[in-house]
Amino acid sequence: MGNFYRDNDDIRFLFRHIDLAPLANAFEEGYRFAKEFDYAPQNVDEAIRNYEMVLDSLGELCADFIAPRAESVDREGNTLNEDGSVTRPKGIAEDIEKLAQAEVMGFTLPHRFGGLNFPNLVYSMANEILSRADASLMNIFGLQGIAETINAFASEEIKQKYLPLFAEGKVTGAMVLTEPDAGSDLQAVKLRAYQDSQGNWFLHGVKRFITNGCGEVLLVLARSEPDRSGGMGLSLLLCEPGPTVHIRRLEDKLGIHGSPTCEIFFDNTPATLIGERQRGLVPYVMTLMNGARIGIAAQGVGIAEAAYRIARDYAASRRQFGVAIEKLPAVRDLLIDMKIAIEAGRALLYDTSRVVDLALAYNNQAENNPPADKDAAKKLKDNARVYKRYAGMLTPMSKYYCTEMCNRVAYDSIQVLGGSGFMRDYASERHARDARITTIYEGTSQLQVVAAVRGVCSGTAEKYLTELAALPYDPQVRDLLAKLAEGTQQLQAAIEFTKQQGNEYMDLHGRELVDVAIDLINGYLLCGQASTKVQMNVPIAGDGSSKSGQTIPMKQRKLLMARRYVEKNAPRIKALTELVRQGDKSTFSDYEALVGPVPEV
Amino acid sequence: MGYNCVVLAKQVPDTHRITGQVMNDDGTVNRSALPAIFNPEDLNALEMALRIKDRFGGRVTVITMGLPNATKILRDALYRGADEAILVTDARAAASDTLATSYILSCAVRRLDYDIVLCGRQAIDGDTAQVGPQLAEKLGITQVTYVEAMEALEDRKITVRRNIGNGWQLVRAPLPVLLTVTGDAGEPRGSAARRMMRHKNARTLAEIEQSVKAANPTADEAAIKNLAKKEADALAQRGLLIPQWDLTALNADLNWCGRSGSPTKVHRIQSVVLAAKESKDIAPTEEGVAGMIHELIQDKIIA
Repeated sequence: MGNFYRDNDDIRFLFRHIDLAPLANAFEEGYRFAKEFDYAPQNVDEAIRNYEMVLDSLGELCADFIAPRAESVDREGNTLNEDGSVTRPKGIAEDIEKLAQAEVMGFTLPHRFGGLNFPNLVYSMANEILSRADASLMNIFGLQGIAETINAFASEEIKQKYLPLFAEGKVTGAMVLTEPDAGSDLQAVKLRAYQDSQGNWFLHGVKRFITNGCGEVLLVLARSEPDRSGGMGLSLLLCEPGPTVHIRRLEDKLGIHGSPTCEIFFDNTPATLIGERQRGLVPYVMTLMNGARIGIAAQGVGIAEAAYRIARDYAASRRQFGVAIEKLPAVRDLLIDMKIAIEAGRALLYDTSRVVDLALAYNNQAENNPPADKDAAKKLKDNARVYKRYAGMLTPMSKYYCTEMCNRVAYDSIQVLGGSGFMRDYASERHARDARITTIYEGTSQLQVVAAVRGVCSGTAEKYLTELAALPYDPQVRDLLAKLAEGTQQLQAAIEFTKQQGNEYMDLHGRELVDVAIDLINGYLLCGQASTKVQMNVPIAGDGSSKSGQTIPMKQRKLLMARRYVEKNAPRIKALTELVRQGDKSTFSDYEALVGPVPEV
Repeated sequence: MGYNCVVLAKQVPDTHRITGQVMNDDGTVNRSALPAIFNPEDLNALEMALRIKDRFGGRVTVITMGLPNATKILRDALYRGADEAILVTDARAAASDTLATSYILSCAVRRLDYDIVLCGRQAIDGDTAQVGPQLAEKLGITQVTYVEAMEALEDRKITVRRNIGNGWQLVRAPLPVLLTVTGDAGEPRGSAARRMMRHKNARTLAEIEQSVKAANPTADEAAIKNLAKKEADALAQRGLLIPQWDLTALNADLNWCGRSGSPTKVHRIQSVVLAAKESKDIAPTEEGVAGMIHELIQDKIIA
């Protein structure tokens, strides 16, 4: 009997450390739903208890049912049958059935559709826990944003028809966006949407790399305005599989084998328009993608957690030179860095999710239920605007940081295991393969940097860092805060320099600027955790001689972690900001000479 | 159409987590040292009942007999899909052996409208596997033991597959029937999110009395009863009061209950300590493994 929620002291700690009450209050709208739905909470304590009960129960399902099937899922993969149907690996089919029974397929949907109405923060925790068990299953569980998009933008009739089915786990969805010539650049989407004389919509064309394209509800981005190029010519339509939807191919992939990646030919498929014409890409798909990006960040943290645990376990039991290899400095360093990277990533992911929730809550309240007092209404509107901007910057930061981090951790997990790690006897190699896609899909790391660097250079990062710096901290972290303040100044100087050089230079050095901003944000978050009010003891590593594990306060561990993180990053921040300020433009001027002609492959 | 299932469940100490502190000096089990859990095969019985309900409709009622704390597994059953849960509790039922227990449970089951009674094959604390069969005899209904799967259910006849040790047997039985279910039956489903959210505040009167007592340590018995009654009524209004039956409510003959109804006498308790005495290195080769197997067969450890 395992439990991936209960055995993870960092998630349990953050569940208490982060103030969930404002999120619960906002999402339950004064707990008015309790009158109508007997499962809706009556007060804030009940809401938070609900969150934890569901995470706890999901943690058990993940440990006892889903994780033991992950290896066979990876080996078996999906099968495209002659009739065009897709057979899922046995384990995934069983997992989906269990998740439906567990009533967790409508995590963030409103109560009235049978959803749990949970905040995104709790959904991120769930996504992380599930990804640790089987990263490829997350591509089905984590696609709840599709239902969320229908909820946000579709007509009441469509919502009534589909959302209860999503919540019951009777249907799964797919975001059908990518085409052979439209990957990162979705404005180039060509697939045609047209109307007949009665006004019925149809889809015609090819989509590829469609995750769960064999799902039961397909949201398709299509060109509804043939004479308009770019994003303004695109609409979002919903269709179901049928005789006009042909799965032509399943991709043979490096990782996430449990998740079917389909090429689909739509042969004049009847479809329904979601929301308004021409708003398909902006805002509908962009909103959908932002949610999905947080999901992939959570997938990254989950994979990293799984990979770290194998390495940690192996290092404690594998003996070389007469000692467990965790006694060797190089191995210890790897393990500590993996652990801190995961907890830093988790801090950023959860904080981002919290900010996204607050942005939603403020916006919802400002639009639907503004305060009568003029000043209060204005303040609410300002908050909504500011938090939307924070969310717009933190979302790509989380996706970028957590997915790059999980690749490093999975790589190092294999490294700790040495030759054994390269073999299929251990799951490290699966985690490394599963990790690889996370920096690519839902926008590559490079695109996340492009999205985040705008926020870094436009003052949003500065504002957010100022807000973080103004929070209350314990005196023990005062020296760390000073280092972070110094780093913030170095970042400001680099930003100033970059702005003088122009937009092209900003994209060229976006990565350094975003790296520094993330390091600073994470530094504050870890200092915040080191100043926590939560009292919780956690075990420390035993030396193998006694069975009774010694414990220390989590606060103490977090202080050590914050110290190591901030102190190790300070010289890096200095170096990266100096690099930006060197003004090197050789990437532009010397490319041809440096890389030479296109070589033979 | 549909079939009403009654599932009998027991709260047991988790004997899979036995550690050094678990036995008292007198050789009895120190229950406080072990987490109390839903008897595993009773979960399989509940799962089978829920699958019958999923396919054919009907209601699933779970009964447990035990201390007020056993309400915990009733909530668990509600989380997993049971329609109703009932606690049978009475200080006069203490020290009941399997005979007395099956008598008391028969009084409880008789009060319900049932087609199929399901219980786990055996509990992991006593390991007797007697209560199910005794209960069927007392109810005067057909019993099928060691059931691992339900194959068919039509025209009020059930076909089940039962494990007979070295194979299996298909048995068809008329309803009403009592099944004892093994751990090989379908994997129990977990808790469902909305069901947890709905039933997490469900309580029995006995639990409410305990919490009222804890909150008002100086109040007298009557005041506590009064406060608890108020709280229970409020819960009942929300459909969250778990019914609680005592021996009086069951019209049970007290001679058949508790110590007086229990002919079982414990002759001797022995604390068996299995200690590893020596270890032996087996070479990781075909010959090494073959030699080990041969030795184990000779020692009659494996057949």
